[in-house]
Amino acid sequence: MQLTRRDATAALAALGATGGIAYGARHFTSDDETDADDTDANTDASDDTQSSEGDDHLRSTLVAVAGVLYPNEVEGIEGFVNTFLDGRLDDSPHAEGVRSAIQTLDEHAEAWYNVKIVDMESETIDGLLREIGADTADEDPNGPTAERIRYYVVNELLLALFTSPTGGELVGIENPIGHAGGLGSYTQGPGGGQ
Amino acid sequence: MSGRDRTPVDDAEVCVIGAGPAGGLIADRLAADHTVVVLDAGPRFDPSDRLERQERAIRPSYDRPDVWDGDPERDAHAASGEWFYPLNHARVKGIGGSTLHWQGMVMRLHEDDFNSESARGVGVDWPIDYADLRSYYAAAERELGVAGADHPYAPPREEPFPMTEFEPSYSDSLFADACERLEIDMHPVPNARNSESYGDRSACVSYGTCQPVCPSGAKYDATVHVDRAESKGATVIDRAVVGRLEHDRDRVTAAVYNTPDGAEHRQKADVFVLAAGGVETPRLLLLSESDEYPEGLANSSGLVGSFFMDHLFAGMGGLLDEPTRQNHVGFLTSECHQFYNDADAEIAPFKLEFFNYDGPSPVTMALTGDDWGDALLDRVRADYGNHIGMGALVEQLPTEESYVGLDHDQTDPFGNPVPDVHWTVDDRALRTIERANEIQREILTELGVEITWQVGPDNTGPAYHHMGTTRMSDDPADGVVRPDLRTHDLQNCWIASSGVFPTGGAMNPTLTIAAIALKAAGHIDEAL
Ligand SMILES: Cc1cc2nc3c(=O)[nH]c(=O)nc-3n(C[C@H](O)[C@H](O)[C@H](O)COP(=O)(O)OP(=O)(O)OC[C@H]3O[C@@H](n4cnc5c(N)ncnc54)[C@H](O)[C@@H]3O)c2cc1C
Ligand code: SF4
Repeated sequence: MQLTRRDATAALAALGATGGIAYGARHFTSDDETDADDTDANTDASDDTQSSEGDDHLRSTLVAVAGVLYPNEVEGIEGFVNTFLDGRLDDSPHAEGVRSAIQTLDEHAEAWYNVKIVDMESETIDGLLREIGADTADEDPNGPTAERIRYYVVNELLLALFTSPTGGELVGIENPIGHAGGLGSYTQGPGGGQ
Repeated sequence: MSGRDRTPVDDAEVCVIGAGPAGGLIADRLAADHTVVVLDAGPRFDPSDRLERQERAIRPSYDRPDVWDGDPERDAHAASGEWFYPLNHARVKGIGGSTLHWQGMVMRLHEDDFNSESARGVGVDWPIDYADLRSYYAAAERELGVAGADHPYAPPREEPFPMTEFEPSYSDSLFADACERLEIDMHPVPNARNSESYGDRSACVSYGTCQPVCPSGAKYDATVHVDRAESKGATVIDRAVVGRLEHDRDRVTAAVYNTPDGAEHRQKADVFVLAAGGVETPRLLLLSESDEYPEGLANSSGLVGSFFMDHLFAGMGGLLDEPTRQNHVGFLTSECHQFYNDADAEIAPFKLEFFNYDGPSPVTMALTGDDWGDALLDRVRADYGNHIGMGALVEQLPTEESYVGLDHDQTDPFGNPVPDVHWTVDDRALRTIERANEIQREILTELGVEITWQVGPDNTGPAYHHMGTTRMSDDPADGVVRPDLRTHDLQNCWIASSGVFPTGGAMNPTLTIAAIALKAAGHIDEAL
């Protein structure tokens, strides 16, 4: 299933970056863009590259991690994650938490595997996250490493996916919690009928 | 005002304590013609933070009280009763009050609810009837903005709801056939939630997180009326915790409050309105004891804090072997009052609810699992999609054993004893939960549901409605306020709260709170 810019802006709209609609044109080619209604929102956002070089590394790392966390049938991960991060990586304490969690993750990668995450195979990233304990940890922004990684990395990315319409559709709910998908869907049956 | 200047207002005519729906409506009604000041213990929330609060609502590391910045020290409480009472899940402190968190179902009480003793042989009659509140109910529906439709079991109404009802959900349509075969009627839930745009508030856009936060403002909350009161000239002071009412024999003279800078202030006014909810209002009266009133203020009946009631939840649900389409919206669209009017001394009134959000939502499952990738996808696909469930609310009777008191062993940051919610539940309520479960089982079985969960008499909990603690009565010996909502004892002190309900009925209380607040506003206006 193809993630679109609409999915990323929907996830942002659910999670507190409401300017999201203006973000992200640069991350999607027109082939990625399956939602025709949205294309004109693309136009004036083409040069809003706000991220620093440091954030570029952060972005690539999160894209690599999303490749592990997201189901195989999900496509368009790079554009989706980057657009989502456009809205999330501001100067808020939350964004700082994401930056520092990724730094911790990279430090572990280098200590244990001698490479940064961006240079790892998917299976190795998967193994690293499990060795850190991020699979069984409960998320906690102020907790020990595993809980922080769960909060700022694993759940950050899962939250983005599952509050987006395409992420919802993957599991049978095109209007997931957090997404303002309108009043049409709750009355409709599984085939779209009433 | 920004909320930073927290000094008292000179020459105030009306001091309202509590900025929930009761206080908000009264302030709004009186602000144009009188100098009104509203004091609230909690903060003023920035409307632009609501998406952040929604994220807290979705993320597992936040507890419900965290969504609206609950403060465990400010909100400390005891629960010494036979039944634990989770008070801080049952309220919000701040401008807007508990409606920031609420679900927003709003029904009128039924006619017999006002005459429980004479019609059902238990409880006590209210000193007023449905007819006395009827026009206030209609006004309250307009104020909150209610989307609904009439049905045969509801008390008589003279005009349509302000907005058309929400359409039944797909999930409701699954229930409909089974209920029809069993001759059980389903009808729309009146919602304080916009099915179309209402005034300057937008229609519901289906975020699905209504309880505990609606990011769009389509769900009514009392900031609507507090903001309106301010625009008419009222002064609203947030983070002003009232700890005591100074008084002489006949009148309250000042509300003494603390602000975050550690200062203590005294707000004087001609009239005081206590709208701090069904727990904090009796607490404030008890805290205001004096040589004149050693048992607490407005308490010559000895009944301040007595007869604490909530509604009990009964529920059941399970799995159906077809998609049920849950969790698209965060509110209910169908209910059933068919059994309500059969209530008697043995069985309490109760209503049935058909859920639109039974079972976990995919995002919650994703954030709480031990897996990701394809394993996560398989798990969510297997567990989401087939849940279906029902709820019910049941009346509990007022009893002496259930009350709100003070816990003198624990104090809040200002040195005041914390409230003790000493909650117990009568046998009729427990029997009625069983009865509700029976009907739920019948419906779910007819529908072909494999039942996997039940909330019955052994694991029931409260619906977060705080009633009975400042009872309304004709005779000063039998209650705390008169039918016009003024306290029996004090000439300038009114109470607007579900605390005044003598018997609770089984309807969510806030429409009745709003009706009572509008009634009180009229009486206060006359008195001024
Ligand atoms: C999860 C949840 C779901 C609910 N769902 C529904 C529903 O569907 N339908 C329904 O009818 N009802 C529902 N309710 C109940 C509803 O929220 C309350 O009935 C309603 O908000 C009560 O209004 P109020 O103005 O009396 O008190 P509140 O809304 O509780 O407001 C009281 C205000 O007083 C302030 N205060 C308290 N003490 C002091 C003090 N000492 N000094 C100054 N200020 C003080 C508080 O800060 C608060 O802001 C729900 C409640 C909860 C928690
Ligand atoms: S579903 Fe609930 S939270 Fe969403 S817009 Fe409607 S009322 Fe608000």
